[in-house]
Amino acid sequence: MSDHVDGNALAGDLREIFAVDLTVATGQCAGCGYRGSVATLRVYQNAPGLVARCPHCEEVVLRLVRAPGRAWLDLRGTVSLEIPLSS
Amino acid sequence: MPIVSPGFTGRRQSPDVQLPPGQYLTEDFPVLTAGPTPRVPTDRWEFTVSTEAGQKHTWSWQQLIELPAEKITTDIHCVTKWSKLRTRWKGVSLDVLLEDVETAADFALVHSYGGYTTNLPLEDLLDGQAWIAYRYDDDDLTPEHGGPARLLVPHLYFWKSAKWVRGIQLLLEDEPGFWETAGYHDYGDPWREQRYQGD
Amino acid sequence: MARAAVSGRLTWRVSSLASSDELTSSARRLVFEVPGWPGHLPGQHVDVRLTAEDGYSVQRSYSISSAPDGNLVELAVQRVDDGEVSPYLCDVLTVGSQLELRGPVGGWFVWRATDPAPVTLVAGGSGIAPLMAMVRVRALEGSRVPFRLVYSVRTPEDVMFADELRRRAREDPGLDVRLVYTRRAPEGSPEPPGRLGVATLNTYGWPAEFNPHVFVCGPTGFVETVSDVFVALGHDPRRVRTERFG
Ligand SMILES: Cc1cc2nc3c(=O)[nH]c(=O)nc-3n(C[C@H](O)[C@H](O)[C@H](O)COP(=O)(O)OP(=O)(O)OC[C@H]3O[C@@H](n4cnc5c(N)ncnc54)[C@H](O)[C@@H]3O)c2cc1C
Ligand SMILES: [Zn+2]
Repeated sequence: MSDHVDGNALAGDLREIFAVDLTVATGQCAGCGYRGSVATLRVYQNAPGLVARCPHCEEVVLRLVRAPGRAWLDLRGTVSLEIPLSS
Repeated sequence: MPIVSPGFTGRRQSPDVQLPPGQYLTEDFPVLTAGPTPRVPTDRWEFTVSTEAGQKHTWSWQQLIELPAEKITTDIHCVTKWSKLRTRWKGVSLDVLLEDVETAADFALVHSYGGYTTNLPLEDLLDGQAWIAYRYDDDDLTPEHGGPARLLVPHLYFWKSAKWVRGIQLLLEDEPGFWETAGYHDYGDPWREQRYQGD
Repeated sequence: MARAAVSGRLTWRVSSLASSDELTSSARRLVFEVPGWPGHLPGQHVDVRLTAEDGYSVQRSYSISSAPDGNLVELAVQRVDDGEVSPYLCDVLTVGSQLELRGPVGGWFVWRATDPAPVTLVAGGSGIAPLMAMVRVRALEGSRVPFRLVYSVRTPEDVMFADELRRRAREDPGLDVRLVYTRRAPEGSPEPPGRLGVATLNTYGWPAEFNPHVFVCGPTGFVETVSDVFVALGHDPRRVRTERFG
């Protein structure tokens, strides 16, 4: 489908790489400063990789490309991610 | 290792021709998109070639379509593994557009409306290998497929054929584009299966 | 249930189809037996991966519609006629067959039974799946948190879980269910068919002053429209959580 889905849809692919659920992390967009949960990003899946855009300014904030045996994660559009950890 | 799902074939056909390695044949024209589809009216459309010396050559829509155009019939190969045979396009060869451009550049970074970029060697844009295409299958190119105009470089994986093209930046050094900075190959020859970096 | 936050990275699990039955003429309820299933929170989803003989492989996400029940995981899959995966799941996969599944994933679009805030659920079509899990867990936990479910379907025949919803609307205290028909309403329906608009959502959802959680799920266009309406009605955008199916 050509429509975007929510950042929630990144959960499986990110959990293949990270031990925690990054979709509940709070990110800040490097483009406009928007702060929100990764789950609220707009994800375009019908592409050579997953592209997550800021719901406010539509800039790319996260990209994930999967190849056999490796993955690339690009976060240059994100200032930081605040990740809740269970203590 | 993945288990096989009996009876699962996916949206594919068995090819009667030789395809690049790892590719599957498709009859429809899948729409891939990494963002919202830009809608650029032709009266606001512009195409700019800029050189390493900072010179700019700009064409308006009207100027573009008044240039001599070619009809191209070609196979296309998407890195997401589908290939489509004998697609029909109309567009202006980059040989025409780059004719009067003075440059010592070896590389090109292609820019699109919407912010997309892709890089390739300048020589791959020359000698009848690349076009600015504005018609597909006897119709105007739709926004979903990159209209009003897209780059067409069919001998490389199709992500190099930037949709919604707005310009080409000529560079002395190679500068990776949107997918090339996220793991995809700088050149992307489908026959050598250059999908990812290091392939 | 709290074990949903399993530590460690996620891998694919070979799962087998335990049962498959018709939900509507174009959707099926598929129950998988997933060895070592850690439990899940209502609203979470799984990823399903299919691999062809020659290695061609695709994956899709599906929301879990069941409450936690041992190793069993229920999905509600709408058949997209020219789709790659959903027709396979609905029409080809037979009981006992295996496929790869991973999950549960997604900690954002979830309802926690410990949260006392009232809840508005809005589903479009197969978007009922994760909301059904919320309704079921609420009952299982004996929660009295007030729930209002607004469920938009094209015709009466497109209602998934119709019998169960009718029963729960009667028996689950504090659960309201409102069906909205966009193409054809049942005989004797008080309202003509029509799109889910501001008036309907305002009438059947909790008012913004109650500070409810709002969960909206379904096709992307539907979710977009509905979530915009809630924000326009004064709801805090952070409390309007969405799951777009594409
Ligand atoms: C988090 C999440 C949860 C979800 N939960 C559910 C759920 O509970 N139930 C449910 O039913 N769905 C759910 N979905 C949607 C589901 O993941 C699939 O998108 C859906 O089943 C369609 O998949 P498909 O492979 O059958 O169709 P696709 O093959 O993906 O096709 C879908 C549509 O796009 C078009 N299309 C796509 N690719 C091409 C192409 N290459 N060429 C031509 N046309 C193309 C098709 O024509 C078709 O109309 C969920 C999605 C997400 C992101
Ligand atoms: Zn932003």
